Amino acid sequence: MSALLDVSGVTLRYKTSSVVVTATEKVSFSVDRSDRFVLLGPSGCGKSTLLKAVGGYMTPSEGKMRINGREITEPGADRMMIFQEFDQLLPWKTVLENVMFPLLMTRKLNKKDAEVRARAYIEKVSLTRVVDSYPHTLSGGMKQRVAIARGMAMEPDILLMDEPFAALDALTRRTCQDELLQLWEETKFTVMFVTHSIAEAIKIGNRILLLSPHPGRVKAEVIDVDRVSAEDGSAAKLEKQIHDLLFADTATAH
Amino acid sequence: MGEARILMRSDAVAGAVDPSEVERKLGVVELLWNDGFVRKAAIIVFLAAVWEIYGTLLDNSLLFPTFHDTVITMFDKVRDGTIPLRAWASLKVLFMGYSAGIVLAALFTVLAISTRIGTDFLETMTAMFNPLPAIALLPLALIWFGLGNGSLVFVLIHSVLWPVALNTHSGFKSVSNTLRMVGRNYGLRGLPYVARILIPAAFGSILTGLKIGWAFAWRTLIAAELVFGVSSGQGGLGWFIFENRNLLDIPAVFAGLLTVIVIGLIVENLIFRTIERNTVQKWGLQT
Ligand SMILES: Nc1ncnc2c1ncn2[C@@H]1O[C@H](COP(=O)(O)OP(=O)(O)OP(=O)(O)O)[C@@H](O)[C@H]1O
Ligand SMILES: [Mg+2]
Repeated sequence: MSALLDVSGVTLRYKTSSVVVTATEKVSFSVDRSDRFVLLGPSGCGKSTLLKAVGGYMTPSEGKMRINGREITEPGADRMMIFQEFDQLLPWKTVLENVMFPLLMTRKLNKKDAEVRARAYIEKVSLTRVVDSYPHTLSGGMKQRVAIARGMAMEPDILLMDEPFAALDALTRRTCQDELLQLWEETKFTVMFVTHSIAEAIKIGNRILLLSPHPGRVKAEVIDVDRVSAEDGSAAKLEKQIHDLLFADTATAH
Repeated sequence: MGEARILMRSDAVAGAVDPSEVERKLGVVELLWNDGFVRKAAIIVFLAAVWEIYGTLLDNSLLFPTFHDTVITMFDKVRDGTIPLRAWASLKVLFMGYSAGIVLAALFTVLAISTRIGTDFLETMTAMFNPLPAIALLPLALIWFGLGNGSLVFVLIHSVLWPVALNTHSGFKSVSNTLRMVGRNYGLRGLPYVARILIPAAFGSILTGLKIGWAFAWRTLIAAELVFGVSSGQGGLGWFIFENRNLLDIPAVFAGLLTVIVIGLIVENLIFRTIERNTVQKWGLQT
């Protein structure tokens, strides 16, 4: 079986009025079904840019990206984005309406079925209590969980998450991470997850792609990440290894 | 050797807290005073009292009739049907101009967000015409459309179109990039994208534009009617004011002015406030 998402030799550039910035250069990787694929790298190495390109918001100036064998040319509901920003929920819709919105807009389900499914996913992220509230009355963590429920309710081919927990406090972040893993155990969805926290990458992912900065290039890929565990210290060891790898250049450069 | 200890406190589990301590009901006076409408009504009552006192002291109903004279005249004119008829005539024209202006503004802004030349067009046009008082176009309108509703509607469109288009466009431009990306993620584009994402997201600015447009239109209309006003035998409120001034029926002039103010207040405080409460305030886009 071929990979769900196949990215080969992708170079992404931003054209501003005065310069052309190369964000990533000749990046290749592939994501299989039910992977928890993590993009890890220092700030500015082009993680968000890569994710936006997979989302269809940017066209690569070199290379190809395919999902299910089809080339990615524009945004589509087969790839649901979950952003870091808290303002990704539509403020004029309640939690329930927000989760139903993409289901209705893409005509995936009729109104009745959409509501049933939306309620089921809201329950999964334990937000049934606020199902009729407007987003501005929710805490940051709750908003992110609604966004996750909204993305998952679409049951897309792949979920694209750009540092969804980065703006949360440490405690809420832990809860959200555990909840995401719990959800994955239930439905085994495919997710591509961007983070700059090594610990979060190890906790969430089963595969980690390490990127080097300016321009972003693939430095290494870590596989079988789910074999390490926090109890016997293997997770801590991996964290140290990845840390040394990522900061090797900066250490020698100075 | 230091070692931290955890002391359990039972405050949080003490159970049945008196609910009145968490949530206290406000008294009647406090409740009323918290209602902006009540506070504004109190101000209006105060102003009416000042008016009455000044009118009585002056004692010259040709210059400045008292409040109660004005109100009595107003009631008479309402009862015999003059004021409702005149107000209706004005509102009918206003409604035509207002809705035509909004339709045009919608067209212009949709054009402006879909093409770059459309943006330039809208920005140039609003920069040119927004500062131009609508009433200044009236002489020209009279030549083009003659004495009648056509001229009125023309100046009304001018007074509504630019503020509404300007506010809507700047509202669209300030919709956050995240929301735009969310909308496109669901495959929305073209008009559905405008209707489902941009308009609700920019609703605060759009409403501001509609309010400004309404205020401009109402003023412009009354002023324009003062200049000519009779069309097909049925003048509006502005004409009513002008007519009664010529008859030296000053209380009626005041009654006409008061009607203009009252209609303005009703639209502003009832219609727009209600829309605001049920949209931007409910969504937390405005406090
Ligand atoms: N809109 C833009 N216009 C021009 N350059 C951009 C733009 N967005 C990002 N870049 C550049 O592209 C590079 C990669 O940016 P990107 O946002 O993908 O980084 P990132 O890995 O997500 O970083 P972070 O962890 O801080 O979010 C950076 O050097 C940045 O300066
Ligand atoms: Mg980023």
